Amino acid sequence: MAIPTLTRPAASTTTGDSLKIRQPRKKLTVGRIAAITVAALIAVLWLIPFAWATATAFKTETDAAAPDVTWLPPSGFTTDAFVKVFQDGNIPLWTWNSLYTSAAITAITLVISALVAYALSRIDFKGKKVLMTVIIASIIIPPPVLIIPLFYQMLALNLIDTSWAIILPQVIHPAMVFVLKKFFDQIPRELEEAAVMDGASRLRIFTQIILPLSRPILAAVAIFVFIGAWNNFLWPFIATNDGNLLTLPVGLQTIKSAYGIQYAQNMASALLAALPLIVVFLFFQRQIIKGVATTGLAGT
Amino acid sequence: MSTSTLSRPRPENLRKPTSRTRSNLSGWGFATPFLVFFLVFLVWPILYGFYMSLTGKSLTGANDNLIGFANYAEALADADMWRSLGNTLYFTVISTVPLVLVALVMAALLNIGLPAQWLWRLSYFAPYLLASTVVSLFFTWMYNPQLGLINEFLTGLGLPRVAWLNDPNVAMWAIVIATLWWTVGFNFLLYLAAMQNIPAQHYEAASLDGAGAWRQFFSITLPQLTPTTVMIVLLQILASLKIFDQVYQMTAGGPGGSTRPVVQYIFETGFTGYRLGYSAAISYIFFGLIVVISVMQFVITRRRSA
Repeated sequence: MAIPTLTRPAASTTTGDSLKIRQPRKKLTVGRIAAITVAALIAVLWLIPFAWATATAFKTETDAAAPDVTWLPPSGFTTDAFVKVFQDGNIPLWTWNSLYTSAAITAITLVISALVAYALSRIDFKGKKVLMTVIIASIIIPPPVLIIPLFYQMLALNLIDTSWAIILPQVIHPAMVFVLKKFFDQIPRELEEAAVMDGASRLRIFTQIILPLSRPILAAVAIFVFIGAWNNFLWPFIATNDGNLLTLPVGLQTIKSAYGIQYAQNMASALLAALPLIVVFLFFQRQIIKGVATTGLAGT
Repeated sequence: MSTSTLSRPRPENLRKPTSRTRSNLSGWGFATPFLVFFLVFLVWPILYGFYMSLTGKSLTGANDNLIGFANYAEALADADMWRSLGNTLYFTVISTVPLVLVALVMAALLNIGLPAQWLWRLSYFAPYLLASTVVSLFFTWMYNPQLGLINEFLTGLGLPRVAWLNDPNVAMWAIVIATLWWTVGFNFLLYLAAMQNIPAQHYEAASLDGAGAWRQFFSITLPQLTPTTVMIVLLQILASLKIFDQVYQMTAGGPGGSTRPVVQYIFETGFTGYRLGYSAAISYIFFGLIVVISVMQFVITRRRSA
C-alpha cells in the first residue's frame, strides 16, 4: 500500500501537488458535460448544510423559528446571533482549549513517534522484532474500549479535570509510527555514513540528517494527528467536567441544552466552531490533502 | 559484558568493542519515550480493563472484589447489550456501502480532469474537517420535522413529511446520511490519490485500442484500484464499528433505543449506571468482536492476494 508521493523521500520535498490532474485540457464532449453536471450536483448537495446553517445564523430567532421555511428572512439578515453567542458563550475559551491541547498532542506524538520509528528503521537492537510486532498489533485496539479503565486510571492519577487528562492518552498513534518508519526506511543509508565516519552520535544523525529529510512526512503526520485531536469528542467529553477546560466539540454539546430552541444561536456557534479548521484548510489545502492521503491508509 | 565481544578476533569488534551493547542501548533509548506512554496509556488500561471486567467495581466504590466471569455471563444474557451490538453492526453494514461507493464516484468524476479541481475537492472534503458536534447541530436542524430544510423540500415536491430522528424506522438512516456527508471526503481523497497514481500509459494504450471512457473505467481504473478498495473497505468497517458521537448527539440513542450503538451502552453503563466492572466486560466483548472481524478481514485479503 505504498503511497505515491512518498516512494522517493528526497524528491518529494520539492514536488508540488501530488494530486495533479492528468490532462488539463480536454474537449467538451457529452460525457464530460454529464460528468461536470453530476459533480456539480454533488457539490451543491455537499454545500447545502453549510449554506443553510449560515442562512439560519444570520436570521433573527423569530425568523429562524418561523413555520415558513425560507432562505430569505422577512426581517432581513442580522448578526444578532453571533453577538449573543460571543457575549454569553465560551467559544473563544473553548477554541483556545482545543488549540493548545491539540498542539500539545501533536507535538508529543511527533517527537515520541519519530524517535521510536528511527530506532525501528535504523538501529539493530535486541528485541526489535518483538517491539515492532507489539506496536503493529496495537493498531487494532479501538479507543472506545479504553474509556472505562482510562477514566479510572485518570482518577487514580488525580488528573481528571486537568488538561493532561485530555492530552496524555491521545499521543499514542501506532499507525503513525509505522508510517514514519516506512518513510525512514527509504532514506538512503549513504547519507548517514559520512556522519558515522566522523563519529557523530545517533541523536545527531537523527536530528541533523533524518529529520530535515523527513519534513513532508512529519507535516503529514502532524496534520493527521492535529485534525483528529481537534475534533475528538468521546475522550475529552469523559475526561473533563470542568467548564473551563472544555474543548470546542465538547463545549458545543453543552450549548444545545443551554440554548434549547435558539436555532440562530445554535447555528452561529456551530459555524464559529467550524471556522478555524476551514480557514486553515483554505490556506493549506494542498498540504492537508496530501497529508491526509499519505497517512490515511495507514491511519485511523 | 564486553569481554565476550573482545575475545572474538573480528577486526571491527576490536575497534569498537561494545558496538552491540551500544546498539541495544541506543535502540531502546530511542524507543523509551514512546514506550513509556504506550505502556502507561495503552497497555496498562487494556490489561487493567480486563481485570476490572472481572470485578464488581463501581464508581460509587462498592464491591471491588473479583467475581470471576459473572459480568460476562450477565452481559451475554443482557438484551440491551445485544440490541446495541446489533445497532452497531447494522450501522456498519448500511454505512460502509455508500461511504465507499459515493467516494469512488466522486473521485472518478474528478479524475476525468474537471476544471477548478480545488473547488470540487473543497466541497467534498470540507465536512471531514468538522467536529462531530458541528455536524450534529447542522443535521439536527435540517432534520427538524416542522422547520427543517429537508422536510420543506419534500413537501415542496408533494411528498409527506418524514419524522427523521424521531421515527425508529428512519432514525438510523438519518444518521447514515449525516455520516456520509461528514466523512465520505476522506475515502474520496484516498481514491483520488490512488487513481492519479495509475500510469497514464495504461489509458493511452486503451484509447489507441478504441476503448471509451466507460470501458477504461471498468477495465483499467477499477481493477487497478482493487488494493485501495480493499483497504478503504477495511478501514471504513473499523471506523463504522466505533460509531458513537453522531448518535449520542443527534438522537441520544433513541427513539426507544433504536439507534443506540454499543459504545454508547458502554458509556452509559459506566458513567450513568456507575457500573465500571460491567461496563468493562461489555468493552471486552466489543473488543473481541473487533478482533474477530479484523482477523476475518486479514484472512480474506490474504487469500485474495495469494
